[in-house]
Amino acid sequence: MSTRIPLPYSPKVLEIFRNPKNLGPMEDATVVESAGSPACGDMIKLYLKVGEGDVIEKATFESYGCAANIATASILTEMVKGKSMREAWQISWKQLSDELGGLPPIKYHCSILAVGALKRAIRAYYSARKEQPEWLPEALTHEERQVLEEEEMMERYYKALGRAGSALEAGGAGEKA
Amino acid sequence: MSVSAKLKELLREHGQPPREVYFDLENSGWVPPEVVEAMLPYFNSKGYGHPSITHKPGWEALEVLYEAKELVAGTLGTSGLEEITFTHSGTEANNLAILGYLLASRGRGGKVVVSAVEHLSVIFPAEFAEKLLGFKVLRVPVDSEGFVDPEVLKSYVDRETVLVSVQAVNHEIGTVQPLKELVDVVKAANPDAVFHTDAADAYGWVKLDVKKLGVDMLTLSGHKVHGPRGVGALYVREGVKLEPPLRGQLSAEKLWPGVENVPLIAGFKRAIELQFENLEYNVIYVKSLRDKLVNGILDRVPHVLVNGPLGERRAPNNANLSFLYVEGEALTVELSMRGIYVSSGSACSSRILEPSHVLLAIGRKHEEAHGSILFKFSRYHKPEDVEYALWELPEAVSRLRTISSWGSTGAFSS
Repeated sequence: MSTRIPLPYSPKVLEIFRNPKNLGPMEDATVVESAGSPACGDMIKLYLKVGEGDVIEKATFESYGCAANIATASILTEMVKGKSMREAWQISWKQLSDELGGLPPIKYHCSILAVGALKRAIRAYYSARKEQPEWLPEALTHEERQVLEEEEMMERYYKALGRAGSALEAGGAGEKA
Repeated sequence: MSVSAKLKELLREHGQPPREVYFDLENSGWVPPEVVEAMLPYFNSKGYGHPSITHKPGWEALEVLYEAKELVAGTLGTSGLEEITFTHSGTEANNLAILGYLLASRGRGGKVVVSAVEHLSVIFPAEFAEKLLGFKVLRVPVDSEGFVDPEVLKSYVDRETVLVSVQAVNHEIGTVQPLKELVDVVKAANPDAVFHTDAADAYGWVKLDVKKLGVDMLTLSGHKVHGPRGVGALYVREGVKLEPPLRGQLSAEKLWPGVENVPLIAGFKRAIELQFENLEYNVIYVKSLRDKLVNGILDRVPHVLVNGPLGERRAPNNANLSFLYVEGEALTVELSMRGIYVSSGSACSSRILEPSHVLLAIGRKHEEAHGSILFKFSRYHKPEDVEYALWELPEAVSRLRTISSWGSTGAFSS
């Protein structure tokens, strides 16, 4: 089976996985956004409570995914607390990974997914207020594009599977020819 | 920090669980003391010589090598000792079978037929031969329990088929293939097609008789019967010609170069003896433990799917369950901290987001495959091990489901 990680987790990942901080939905959240999907095998839902001066007062998360995914989401909620939206926007996936003692390369996407969810939440916040701060780029960032790509890959897969399935029913062993 | 230093810290953080139960016999496993004992003399007190050199330590090595061949041949229903080749793993035995036969058959063009649920050590060499030697590889689909339908297999075999490889028992979901029927339809469609079966997961659990089955090649693996890892064997029926894909000094083995790993072969031999001792009782015992675990989980944990067939058509030592709304890799880590060691068919370790090809082949969705956990049992497991697992598992799953963002979207609540 494929539970194979060529490089080990840092002790920090294990520690946070064991005791995640800021877990669970937030009832009075200002903005809620998620990234990833169950089909991808990882999904992060981020809840932000944004106060005066666009400062993040509180952040919580839910996560469906591997140990690194859970640890990444947890540490992100700690990192953004007390930051302005503008400061939070600057957090890179690399910073997040470093904060966890360095993720194994195969787990970089966990960190990208978490940052992707955060950037989505920031955009959603301003979009709901019909504001466009000058520091917020219109073009999607690297992390956002990666997340979209991952989500769309699965959509395409299931569409293709649907087609192959119907071809199989119609013409017998479709893959054979 | 170096990788090893990181691992030291990781293990310190992990800590020593109060009790440990190992269910990951698919990937590797512990070697029982009686097997280790059988290996020890061959490291330094006898048979430490090269088995094809003419001196006493060499002859002692050759002696145990041939004792092992006699034993393996006997358990497979053949007497041809030259039909048994020891390799350095099951993976190498599968590579020898697939690449070795296709190398010997190159220039004949033709097709290679494998089931969609084969071990990757069958699928990858077949694909390698496709690229390297120009064979066309066809993958035969399976049904929702992992069975290859003989009628379907028949439709894939024609006069151009050179080699067919279908495993005896699936390594992930325990499907016991109707091997005899499969061999019969292949031979009826093309008597010249050679039939290989990876029997690593069948050996010692399901009756295997190469003559009655009519298979031409058959793979075994040491660690799947509690032998040491790093040793495997391939049966090649007399008359089937292989070209060794690995080149070097041949020794007692004619198809696999290098010095035979005699201590490991001695251990493999002892492990086989033990596996076949009280076989009928062990099968019933292991099955009862397996069923206790599966039924216990289904009773205690909601939203669980059983992957693979139920009843007699499933290997007695295999349980594979999908825990919906949790991700399998996270569950292996969570269970590890509770001293329960399992593996998952999740894709979380792979950037290409591809979970177990076996689970996808039986029609599981990605999210169902991501939550899969494989348990493998042996006669060394005790009823208390299962009770401990049943105690810890519901809690482990429930903790991860509390963290899960999938559940809270309304599709799931608990």
